Amino acid sequence: MNKRTFIQAAVMATVALAGAQALAQDNKFRIGLLLPMTGPFASTGRQIEAAAKLYMAQNGDTVAGKKVELIIKDDTGTPDVTKRLAQEMIVNDKVNVLAGFGLTPLALATAPLATQSKTPMVVMAAATSSITQASPYIVRTSFTLPQVTIGVADWAPRNGIKKVVSLVSDYGPGIDAERTFKDRFTFNGGTVVDAVRVPLRNPDFAPFLQKVRDAKPDAVFAFVPSGAGSALMKQFAERGLDKAGIKLIATGDVTDDDILNDMGEVAVGVVTSHHYSAAHKSPLNQKFVEAFGKANKGLRPNFMAVGGYDGMRVIYEALKTTKGAGGGEALLAAMKGQVFESPRGPIFVDAQSRDIVQNVYIRKVEKVGGQLYNVEFETIKDVKDPGKAR
Amino acid sequence: MLTILFDGIAYGMLLFVLAVGLAVTMGLMNFINLAHGAFAMVGGYITVLLMQRLGMPFLLCLPLAFAGAALLGGVLERTLYRPMYARPHLDQVLFSIGLTFMAVASMDYFMGSTQQIIQLPDWLRGRTEIGSGSWILGMGHYRLFIVAVCAALTLALQYVLARTRFGSRLRASVDDQRVAAGLGINVNVVFLSTFAVGSGLAGLGGALGAEVLGLDPTFPLKFMIYFLIVVAVGGTSSITGPLLAALLLGIADVAGKYYIPKLGAFIVYSLMIAILIWRPQGLFVRKGGK
Repeated sequence: MNKRTFIQAAVMATVALAGAQALAQDNKFRIGLLLPMTGPFASTGRQIEAAAKLYMAQNGDTVAGKKVELIIKDDTGTPDVTKRLAQEMIVNDKVNVLAGFGLTPLALATAPLATQSKTPMVVMAAATSSITQASPYIVRTSFTLPQVTIGVADWAPRNGIKKVVSLVSDYGPGIDAERTFKDRFTFNGGTVVDAVRVPLRNPDFAPFLQKVRDAKPDAVFAFVPSGAGSALMKQFAERGLDKAGIKLIATGDVTDDDILNDMGEVAVGVVTSHHYSAAHKSPLNQKFVEAFGKANKGLRPNFMAVGGYDGMRVIYEALKTTKGAGGGEALLAAMKGQVFESPRGPIFVDAQSRDIVQNVYIRKVEKVGGQLYNVEFETIKDVKDPGKAR
Repeated sequence: MLTILFDGIAYGMLLFVLAVGLAVTMGLMNFINLAHGAFAMVGGYITVLLMQRLGMPFLLCLPLAFAGAALLGGVLERTLYRPMYARPHLDQVLFSIGLTFMAVASMDYFMGSTQQIIQLPDWLRGRTEIGSGSWILGMGHYRLFIVAVCAALTLALQYVLARTRFGSRLRASVDDQRVAAGLGINVNVVFLSTFAVGSGLAGLGGALGAEVLGLDPTFPLKFMIYFLIVVAVGGTSSITGPLLAALLLGIADVAGKYYIPKLGAFIVYSLMIAILIWRPQGLFVRKGGK
């Protein structure tokens, strides 16, 4: 082989290789999953990651001839990190869809990037009502706080609770919950005598709960992000609020399935309203809980996991509809209006608001087979986010 | 009203146990140890592990948390801290805050970042109420327990520092290392044991506080500011200074959150600023000395 043919061959080989690589790249569908995997909200990240992987394991990683690739990055729950990682994913990794978003500020920080790059953004956890309005490319598969708050605000007055103090964490979702509860509860004939906001990183609930106790309401309505729930519950009992005849009603974040068992007896009897419980009675959910536990050393899926699981389904179905060909716009169009059965019950991605429409359940914490579960006893069908009406 | 006062005292006492070790190292040994909270976290996690994995009773865990944190403190003093004594304060700050971040990251890695929950024995739960109307005093049993433990500790510490031979050796070593060494005091041993006890106290505070303050890997960062306020306001030359400062802060914090929830978190800082403007050296300053 002389020098020239060698160079020609080398060049051709390189071109061929590069071509093959480019072809392979074209044949991939990348989902950029941004989750808090460390820091105080790591349990959210862990649940969603496990659920997304479970969905891929169950449904294969080839859809419409494309190989689905999941790129998971840890944003530590800090907005600027989320934004930077999202930028990297769009520019370097060329992701087709952004997903995850454990907290409201993280989703809001990334929203402008989704709009600029026309990348669909599937919000799997963050629950402030206004998120879907931050970008026309956002689709949500989790829930909104107003959506799950009205359940308990409707239930309480029908069950002899007329005077309530609300206690919420002082950030977006907490304020959403406080406002929705007050509106709905007052509309139903109850009164909210006091509204207490607790700093998000508050170490001790004692003074706030004492304030509640001194106001002598029939019940306290609480929202704290999942994780802080057990501390709240313990303090509630320690302060003797239950003995003073004050009931605890809350959104399901407080009795999160992930930590419910560790709370112990104090949690029994607490009434909450939420969109998902691991004890939801449907064959699909039983299969989901079982498979989830088997893949994750017996871990119980919570509402974060179901948001991730359904989010993956929305992405998969959109890819199928567009036959793997579409860009951001086409994918987005295919995500809107999806109707399907989720482990939490029937759900629907509203085409107009791009937000989820789902059943909300009223549940009570009960001991089932030695373990604590949120047992559903009432269903409110097809609840649309009331925050959107305003 | 009285309930709030009581809760404030209990909270303050807890802050005192957490911070007193820092007051000792900072004031007596003249070393700025921002990794103090990490020792408290270690104590908390020792308790959690012993209770969750081995099912040990809570009361037994407390001395073990003290011992564990003290042992760790001793080992680190001998290996890492001792070379730093002679360095400028800025180096000490950078060094110890680096240690804190390492502790946070490794706890996160080994234990996960979720809040740890401990189950107290039954006799520590519940609550006793005295009086009625607006003068009702409700005392959670666990908070009573904290107050009792802290009061006993304060007396013991005050006794050791002021009355015992070890106390005078420590004070001598602090005031002038060379002269103390010349008098036959083994300064290294004195410093080593003081540092270990300080870390142990932090560990005990962490163990006691896991129930009230919550325990996760960010504990040292979350509470470092409180420790520093206690030490800054109380001064570092005695035990009574930090004790009163901690009580004041505890009561102000709890009462602030109760009466003005909107401003609750800021009360502590405003109080600190006011006190430091009034007495820049802290509430109690030892005359003379260095």
